[in-house]
Amino acid sequence: MIDPNAKVVIVGAGHAGGTAAALLRQYGFAGPITLLGEEPIPPYQRPPLSKAWLKGDADEDSLALKPLEFYTEQSIDLRMGVGVASISRAPKTVTLAGAETIAYDVLVLAMGARPRRLDIPGVGLAGVCELRTAADAETLKAALMPGCRLAVVGGGYIGLEVAASARALGAEATVIELQSRVLARVASEPMSAFFEAYHRARGVGFELGVSVHEILGEAGRVTGVKLSDGRTVACDAALIGVGAVPNDEVARDAGLECANGIVVDLEARTADPAVFAIGDVTHRPLPLYERSFRLESVPNALEQAKQVAAALTGRAPPAPEVPWFWSDQYDLKMQIAGLPFDGDSLLVRGDPKAAKFAVFHLKGDLIQAVEAVNAPPEFMAGRQLIGSRRPVARERLADGAISMKEVAA
Amino acid sequence: MAKITYIEHDGAEHVIDVKPGQSVMEGAVKHNIPGIDADCGGACACATCHVYVDPAWLSKTGEKSSMEESMLDFAESVEDNSRLSCQIKVTDDLDGLVVRMPESQH
Repeated sequence: MIDPNAKVVIVGAGHAGGTAAALLRQYGFAGPITLLGEEPIPPYQRPPLSKAWLKGDADEDSLALKPLEFYTEQSIDLRMGVGVASISRAPKTVTLAGAETIAYDVLVLAMGARPRRLDIPGVGLAGVCELRTAADAETLKAALMPGCRLAVVGGGYIGLEVAASARALGAEATVIELQSRVLARVASEPMSAFFEAYHRARGVGFELGVSVHEILGEAGRVTGVKLSDGRTVACDAALIGVGAVPNDEVARDAGLECANGIVVDLEARTADPAVFAIGDVTHRPLPLYERSFRLESVPNALEQAKQVAAALTGRAPPAPEVPWFWSDQYDLKMQIAGLPFDGDSLLVRGDPKAAKFAVFHLKGDLIQAVEAVNAPPEFMAGRQLIGSRRPVARERLADGAISMKEVAA
Repeated sequence: MAKITYIEHDGAEHVIDVKPGQSVMEGAVKHNIPGIDADCGGACACATCHVYVDPAWLSKTGEKSSMEESMLDFAESVEDNSRLSCQIKVTDDLDGLVVRMPESQH
């Protein structure tokens, strides 16, 4: 527990930073909190930007984590539109891009991640978008008029969610992916095949196993994407969604240990007792899998925000959670629990043709991860079984006539 | 505005004016009320916004979808009046609604 008057400075006002500030107050911390954000708006939820918000089903107010007045009422000094240039761990200050210096007693780093950029000609053309911020989403939404042809570079979650939203808005979409299947880095083969077929049936085109050589344009505006096999996908707008990299540079420069993200323990602490880190920017332990990893997810941001708020207010650390993720595309709700590390076999339960099934990643008779489509019982029971490390009988798990309640019993 | 009373597991009461159109979950989260986590922000994907609807209000809060039903099936300490608060849309008819929170959402 820290001195109740300690000055807490949170760098990064995304889902992790914004939640940490709110939880500190909820847990009774009354000292000064400064929350520094690069974006011009208060902390908001990013997941809807590729889904409900893009389709016009959610407004700006519903995206905001808290209304603007919350920060004043709770004496949280939210400063928007400011970037941090450097951290000095002795004498405990952060220096803003404009050279102003702010002193801290406790520093919470929550700078998040940024879209990975492709190093090819044409990425600077008008109509070439990426999707991380609300401003990115505005730009993309403005481009997605009915009839617009959108080229999606990268067949990951962002790419597929935007393709689904584009179809809902009456735009055309072609997904270009370097790997031979979509979701190659993040989901099993049966899931990839299912999502590709579902999108194709709804008019999305795919170019798989090809890389992008160049973005073509005329008069400064994108007109097409040139593939490695020489063909061109004509388009009016392009979305680049090829993963994200952590914004850990200022931490590295300050001498904090980084390994694809800032290295933290299960209380979100770095090796410096005055410095914590949370969210997408961290490389964190995953005790269930006996390794460390960088997760990009809202549940991870929330879990670590709870860890830091608990550590700073002297509460017991929150119970460790099973990592989980979700994705909405068309009428599909995909829910994933766990990470597919060390699996030795896959087990499919349910029927992909009925768009209601789950793929279990098994290591012996332990569930390492579950990917569920329109199958909440498989997700919920799977998540519990992953966390408890309780073995399951494969033949019962494979038998759809036996409920997940009974399988998990 | 609809006045909604959120009662924490320890009995602490919070009376909040919630804008029609928002969900019962949003009303709590936007005002930093403890006891509703809402990890997924209202996508009906996580079951961490579980509440018990005061029995007098059950008929006005509507029916559970099958998705909500099966998520709740695996939540902790579920009762007949359990709901996921992200799935209850606030209307003027819900002025006076009372919901109680479970001990834990995880």
